Parts: sequence; C-alpha cells; structure tokens
Amino acid sequence: MRFAISLLTIIAIASMLGTVLKQNEPYSSYLNQFGPFWFPLFERLGLFSVYNASWFLLILAFLVMSTSVCIWRNSPKMLREMRAYRDDVREQALRNFSHRDEWQSSTPAAALVERTSAYLHGQRFAVRARTGETGTLIAAKAGGTRRLGYILAHAGIVVICVGGLLDSELSLRLKLALGEKTLLRGNVSRDAIPPQGRLDTDNWSFRGNMLVAEGGSSDIAVLTLADGVLIQDLPFAIELKRFLIEHYSTGQPKLFASEVTVRDKQTGHTFDHRIEVNHPLIYRGVAVYQASFDDGGTKLNLRATDLHRGGLNPLLLEGRVGESLKIRYLNTEYAVEFSGFRPFNIENMSNASGESDAPAPSPSILERLGNEMGAGARPDRAKNLRNVGPSFQYKLRDPAGQAREYTNYMLPVQIDGRWYFVSGMRETPNEPFRYLRLPLDEDTTFDGFLELRAVMLDRESFAAIGQRFAAGASTDSAMTQGTRDRLEETVKRVLDTFNVRGMRSVAEFLEKAVPEAERDKAADIYLRLLQGAAWEAWQIGREQAGKPRLEPSVERARFVQDALNAISDSFMYGVPLYVQLLTYDEVKASVFQLTRSPGRNIVYLGCLALVLGIFAMLYIRERRVWAFVRNDGTMLVAMASNRRTIDLDREFAQHQAGLRTLAGAPASQ
Amino acid sequence: MELTQELSRPWFRSRSWFDWVYAVLLIAGAVYGLRTYAAYMDGYERVILMAAAVVFIVLGWQWQPMRNLVVGVSVLALLAIGAYGGELGRADKAFLLKYFLSSQTAILWMCTLFFAATVCYWWSIVHTREGSVHFAGQVATGLTWAAVVMGTAGMLARWYESYLVGTDVGHIPVSNLYEVFVLFCLITALFYLYYEEKHRAKSMGAFVLLVISAAVCFLLWYTFDRGAHEIQPLVPALQSWWMKIHVPANFIGYGCFALAAMLAFAYVVKGDHRPAWALGGLAGIAVLFFVLPMLLGKGGPSRFWLTFFVVLVVIVGAISAMRPFVAARLPSLQLLDEVMYKSIAVGFGFFTVATILGALWAAEAWGTYWQWDPKETWALIVWLNYAAWLHMRMVAGLRGPVLAWWAFIGLIVTTFAFLGVNIFLSGLHSYGQL
Repeated sequence: MRFAISLLTIIAIASMLGTVLKQNEPYSSYLNQFGPFWFPLFERLGLFSVYNASWFLLILAFLVMSTSVCIWRNSPKMLREMRAYRDDVREQALRNFSHRDEWQSSTPAAALVERTSAYLHGQRFAVRARTGETGTLIAAKAGGTRRLGYILAHAGIVVICVGGLLDSELSLRLKLALGEKTLLRGNVSRDAIPPQGRLDTDNWSFRGNMLVAEGGSSDIAVLTLADGVLIQDLPFAIELKRFLIEHYSTGQPKLFASEVTVRDKQTGHTFDHRIEVNHPLIYRGVAVYQASFDDGGTKLNLRATDLHRGGLNPLLLEGRVGESLKIRYLNTEYAVEFSGFRPFNIENMSNASGESDAPAPSPSILERLGNEMGAGARPDRAKNLRNVGPSFQYKLRDPAGQAREYTNYMLPVQIDGRWYFVSGMRETPNEPFRYLRLPLDEDTTFDGFLELRAVMLDRESFAAIGQRFAAGASTDSAMTQGTRDRLEETVKRVLDTFNVRGMRSVAEFLEKAVPEAERDKAADIYLRLLQGAAWEAWQIGREQAGKPRLEPSVERARFVQDALNAISDSFMYGVPLYVQLLTYDEVKASVFQLTRSPGRNIVYLGCLALVLGIFAMLYIRERRVWAFVRNDGTMLVAMASNRRTIDLDREFAQHQAGLRTLAGAPASQ
Repeated sequence: MELTQELSRPWFRSRSWFDWVYAVLLIAGAVYGLRTYAAYMDGYERVILMAAAVVFIVLGWQWQPMRNLVVGVSVLALLAIGAYGGELGRADKAFLLKYFLSSQTAILWMCTLFFAATVCYWWSIVHTREGSVHFAGQVATGLTWAAVVMGTAGMLARWYESYLVGTDVGHIPVSNLYEVFVLFCLITALFYLYYEEKHRAKSMGAFVLLVISAAVCFLLWYTFDRGAHEIQPLVPALQSWWMKIHVPANFIGYGCFALAAMLAFAYVVKGDHRPAWALGGLAGIAVLFFVLPMLLGKGGPSRFWLTFFVVLVVIVGAISAMRPFVAARLPSLQLLDEVMYKSIAVGFGFFTVATILGALWAAEAWGTYWQWDPKETWALIVWLNYAAWLHMRMVAGLRGPVLAWWAFIGLIVTTFAFLGVNIFLSGLHSYGQL
C-alpha cells in the first residue's frame, strides 16, 4: 500500500518536471538556454522529453505491475466477499456490532421471518434465510458491486497504460536504438531520403505533420524526434485545393478549414473532403487533423527604394515567401529572405499615437461600478479596431550572415490624421519591432519624401540650401553680409552633422560643444535650423523635378518634420532600403497532423472501466443486515457497512424503525 | 403485507405533485428549445439538451431546494430575455436589466451577496450558543442561496447576451477564465448548501464561504482591472459540444476539492493540537502559495493583491488565535471528516470524468488524446494527488489531522492546475490568460 502511494507521488513529481521545462523544443534552443556543460547532462537524463524518457517509462511500468499484482491478489477475495451472504454469523458476534437492536414481539416467528425478508427485499437487499435449531438467521446484503468497482478501476489503469504504450514513441525509439532506422538531420531533399529515414505505410503507430500549399499535394508526414526527423510514407496523397480562414469582426479567428482532395495510392480512388478544427478526416486508419496554417509561397511584387543616396534607383523585385533573392547595395551583396505574409492586420487604433492619453480624472468607485453594470458586451464601447491591410516580413542578410528582420505594411497607415508608410525593423527575434514612419506628401504620394531626402542627404547641395536659408531669413530684417555668411556656414555644419547619424549625431555634437546650461536653447535653435534647411531642400528637390515652389503652411511644416524624423530614423534602419509591396498573389498552406493510434480504443475502454470503477467504489456503499429471529419471537437485528459513517447511523435507524413496526414491537427509545 | 409495501415504496412513486409539475415543465422547456433552435444544434448538442433536462429533474427530485433554484432562475432568465427584447443596448436603459438582471449586474450582485453571507456566517459563529443557531445563520444561508440564484441567472443572461452580440459569437458561458470562475463560485456554494442542509451544520459555512469570497475577489479584480468580463467569440478549437460537458464536469471537481480543503482547514482548527502559532504559520504558508500566482502575475505585486494577502493573513491569524472559541462552535470532527471525504470522493469522480472527456475532445481537436500539455499534465498531477489521498484513507485507514492537512494542501495543487498553469506555463490549453 505504501508502495502504491509512493508511486503515485513519484509520478506526480516526475510529471511536474516536464511542465517546468518546455518539452520537445529544437535542441539548439536548449543548448542556448543551458550552455554546453548542462545540455549533454540534461539530454542524457531525458529532460527534454521527460515523458518518453526510459526512467519515466520505468516508473509507469512499476505502476502497471503493482496495480496488476493488486488486482491479482485481491480479486478472488473481493469476488468471494461480494457473493457471500455471511449467513454463518453467530448470534454472539451480532451482539458485538455497534449498530444492533433486540426486541420481543408477539408475532409468530414464521410470520416475522417472512415479513422481515419481504421488507429487506423491498429495500433492495439480496436476502437469504437459514434456519437453525434456535431460530432463523436472515442475512441481507446490498451494494456488493462496490467490490467490482475496485477491480474495474484498477484494471482500467492497467489497460490505459498498455494502450498508451502502443501509441507512444517507444517502438520508434526501439527501431532507432537497434539501428534499423536513423534520424535525418539538417536539410534533406525529398528525393534523397535514405530508406533508413523512411517509414513504410504499414507502420502501425505514428504521429507526424504535413505541410501542403494550396494547389500542391503531399503523401508524406514528417515525424519529429529528438534533434531530427523521420519521414512517414502515407497510403494516400492529399491535395490542398483551398485553405479558408474566417475571422470575427474583432479579428479573432473563427474558422480554419482545408478543402482537400484525397487520392488513395493503391486503389486510385479519389474524393473531396473538408477538414476543420474539431472535425478531422479519418481514412485508412489514419486521422488527419487541421493543426495549423502557414504561407504556401505567396508571390510578392516589390519595389526597393533607397532611403539614402546609395545610387540604387527604385528597383522592381519579384519574390516568394519562403524563398530568397540577392540584391546589391553599395558593392555589397545582401540576401533578401521573404519569411511571411499576412493578408490583413487588425490593429487597435484607439490610441495610435503610442503615447498615453491625457490623464483622465480617475472615476469614483460608484462611477466605475456603474460602468461595469449591464451586459457582458458593449457594442457602443467597442475598441477602435481597424484593418490596416496586408503586411509582409523579410530578413536582410549581409555577407557575414548577420540578418535584420523587417515587417512592412503594404498600404499607408493613418496616424493622428496623417498618412505614412510603416516599416518595422528588429535586430534579434526577441526584441519588439521598432517602426519607421515614412510620411506621404499632400498628394498622398511618396515623391515628396524622396525629393526632400535626395537633396537633404546630398553634400553637394548643402551650399545651396545654406544660401537659400540665409536669404530667406534675411528678407525682412536688415542682416549684414557677415551674419548671412555665418548663418550659411552654420546650416552647412548642421547638415553635415545630421548626415552622419541623423538627430543622434546632432545631439552628440550639442553635448560636446555646448555647455549644459545653454543646451536646451541651442537644441531648439538647431532643430529650427534643420527644419528650415529641410524645407529648402524640399523646394530644391521640387525644382529639380520641375514642380513649382510651395507656400509654407502648418500642414507642410508637419510634413517636413515627419520627413526629418524619418530620415533620422533611417540611419538606425540597417541597410537603408525600403521595400514596398506593390501587388501580391496569396498562396496559403495548411499544416495537418496525421496520426495512426492503434491504442486509442484500448485507452478509451480503460477509461470507461476506470470511470465505472471509481463511481462504483466511491458512491456505492456496501451494507449488510442480519436479522436473527428466535423461535420464541425475540429478534436481534444488526447492521454493518464498509464505512462507518453518519449515513450508516441514519439508515440503521430507518431499518430499525421499519422492522420494529413490522414486528409489532414498540419503537426504540 | 401492505405495511411492508408501504415501508419500501419505490422511489419514483413517492414523488409529490410538485415534483411531477417540475419534471413536465423541464421536459416541455427542453422540447420547446429543441423545436425552436434545432437548426442551430448538432445531434450531440440536442442529446446534451435533453440529458440536461433529465439531470436537473433527477437533481430536483433528490434534493428539493434544487427544484426551487431551477424554477426561480428560469423565471429570472426569462424575465431578462423579455426585457432585452433582442436588443443588447437595452441593458443600459431598462431598469430591470441595468440594476438586476443583465449579466454583469447580476454577477456583481452575486459577489456582494457572497461577501455578505461570509460576514453573516462568521457573525453567527460568534453568537452561537450551545445548541441553538443564531438568527444570523439563517440569514447567511438565505444570502448564499440568493447569491447562487443571482449568479446563475447572470450566467444565463450572459449566454443570451452572447447571441445578441452576434449569432456567430453566441456560446455557453464556460469558455474563459472569467466565466468558469463564476461557475466555480456557484458549484462550490451549491455543494456546500447541500451538505449544510443534510447535516444541519451551519458553522462549516464560515470556512467554505472564505474560499468562495477569495474567488469573488479574483472575479472583481479580473473585471475591474483586466476587463475580462467582455464576451469574446470562440476560437475554432473551442467550437465544440465537448465544451458543454468537459468544463462543467471539471468545475464540479475543482469546486468539491476547494470545499473539502476548507472543511479540512476547519478540521485542523478543531482537531490539530499544535500550538496556535504553529497552526497559523502552516496555514499562512499554504495561504501564501494560494495567492502566489496572483502576486507574481504579470506586472508584479499589485496593491489589490497585497491588500488581499494581508486580509487573508489577518483572517487566518485571527482564527488560529481564537482557536478554542471557533473549535467549540464547529461540528464534530467525525462530521467534518465525513463531509470532507464525501466532497473529495464526488470531486474525484467528476474530475476523472472531466479529464477523460478532455482527452476525448483533445483527440478530436488536436489529434491526440494525450500529449503531456502542461494543463493535461497538471490535471494528472491533481488526479494523482487525490488518488493518493483516497488510498491513504480507504486502504491505509488513515484519519485525523494528517489527512486534513493533505486535503488543505491539495487546494494549492488544484489552484496551480487551474490558475498557475495559465500564468506560468504556456501550452495548447491557454484559454484564460492573465
């Protein structure tokens, strides 16, 4: 008994281990997490796959064995007990029961026996009477099935474990250990899979994944084990015609479904089917589940624009999600790896500025209570959700192998009433994206920004910008030539500084050159100089494009400030290439999970036995009543149960009263 | 012979006319629902509807107050539906909805009533004299019933409201952490009321209502701080009839375990003869574990949970300090032990069923009946814990404070399984994020 309890506790603790450490992750991430010293140790201990580790299976084997031994040892006794009436109890033994009563009645003994038997029978007891020399012993029993419950529940555990074992990875691991199969590691092309890495269609137990793109078809499943994979051949091929996603108006997913055509490889029989979450397809003993979805190679038509002046003209590109292409920028070759595409993005725009709202006066408790009263949903208070359109993700990898990740929105996004192209960048996958906002001009085109930045970042133009700026500043005030020259020089110097790393280098310059007391003022002046210079740069750019000069306005000043911010941020953007999505042709892919689990029905059978057993064991009370009717008309009644509970007290009191009434004896005190 | 028959009359023949009216009403309601909304239900859901009617008939017949609850709650729910008239916006305009029957208001009523009931139970403990139950005890029972009625009516209103949000959004309100916490309060309270009536022992309520109040605190925080009460549509994995049976079965388990843990606490107060400080210390540690998930949740310890923790420590400390006083007013150790055992037995049975139902559902939704997902694994750990407890008691015959402490600690394991896993571990089964 102590053994069983310890075993249950040990399994519980061992199971905890596997929830603390994330299981079955790629080995590389474990290596990163634990370092080269602990990783091999943990791997040896099987901590990355606790539930398949040999020591864990050993504990389970102990559980199965000890449970089986329990059943083996106790069942015969239990069944005997269940059937026995125990009508050989001596009168003296009955007198030792804590629940007993004795009375005298004038009713003849034969009638007493008959009535008592009928009563107990009516109370759903099984009754047997045995007549001896001194009188008749009526033995009654009920709730004996409780004992069957014990056997059922424990057998259920054994059956579940055996069924689970059939579906476990154990057989695969055995094959691997025997060298019959070997794991595939790294990228293996589909045609070059060695037979040791393949599993036949008659493999009786497996669980793997399959990715099929729309229009494509597949007849293999990939089984992931430890740090490699095995390929499972399937008796049929699945062609994905269409993958469907539907969303609620709030952007949460509502439906994932795959419309597929299944072709039996042996018979050539084909049929259409729709696989949904919660509605798998079961064919030839293999169950196909909708597990996930992915991009199946969406075609992207793109334009790469140089945000600086590296000499790259707008370049048209054609890419595919999952593929990559090469691009040259300033004599360096970069790889553009397209990693994802999303046809729409639902964003909460209630506070798109990214800043916190002005602190509202905090509501009183009563007001808050009032706000929360009512229905569980508030259509009028719905969040400002907006679909901001498609986006795509890519990585730009330099020859050294370093990559930055980008996510760009196809359509301009409106923020605070103005329109921007938005692009997010991050250097490692763990950090959040930092967003670059490229402003659109008043004609909602990208040209304004391009014209402005072309001049703003062109050292040859600095003199011209300076001149114009100085000229503009001196029109209404009497400014000496010397002052104008100095102003021109200052503008050129600011532009030079800005050209290194944007606002950041301007700030660094101020920190070095200006004493702290005057820094704020100087920063203000520099910012206005930059704004003025950017305005002139824009106008020069417009002239070069053959467009007329613009009159200053608040709106345009804002645009200039946005452009200035964007140029400044572009210095932190990595390679200053903005890749814009022009058109796309979406191809989705569906990820299926495929399983063949021969143990499943066995496990279910075990579960049924377990449930029936537990309910019988815990809720059925085994009760026995003995009534000894002596020939002289005195009667002795005793009752026992498997548990001495308050229920027994009550039930005994009820039978006591009932039997006394039948016997014509006065009610007990 | 007549007398023999009289004494052993079959169960269903001893039904009163009200029992039969009740049964007919329930069947009629289910049939009406079936006829009106058959198109929106699949075969399984129709079976579940009819089975639910039968289950509530049997429950009502077995335990009379259940009939009144079902009838009362149905009337309130129908009133709410009538007041809505198919328009969600009326929740803010119609007086009846705004202040009584709309789901949020009703649930807030439930919260208030549970708090009031807790206070009354303690009031009654303080004033109970030998043999007689103080008036406050009657009030406390009434308040608990009222809370159950309001909470259940609120859940039904919420169910209806979810369909008013959109026919594709509508679903039974057992789909996220907020909804199941309400369910937890209701189930725990109902089981408690059953045992209270059966054993005529009101002083247990002072302890049981503490855990319900703690759950109510969580609910309030979840509503006011996180806005978790918003009705959300179902993600595809949850769109299944399995949810209707898996979740309630699970919460019968959780509710019973929590009930048992509180009775275990009462048992310890009465039956463990350690000094008060040791008792308080041990309970304090357990309490700390109980609130740890909330204290360590996202954003670090918040003022709300720190206050909650302090109040809890004060309560536990006060109970430990005034042990002889409280112990004298608690029911006998035998009764506490028996109700604790029964509660765990019921909980264990239903928890087993729930876990198996979960496995069956997982086989359909995720492709495997068991894949050692953190939630699954923790369900197994809870199951193993109580399996060990039952073995201790039934086979090794252990009784007394050790077993009570174990049942009390079991609450921590249970709480971790249903809250901690959501906070600390990620997995497929993450439907209630904090």
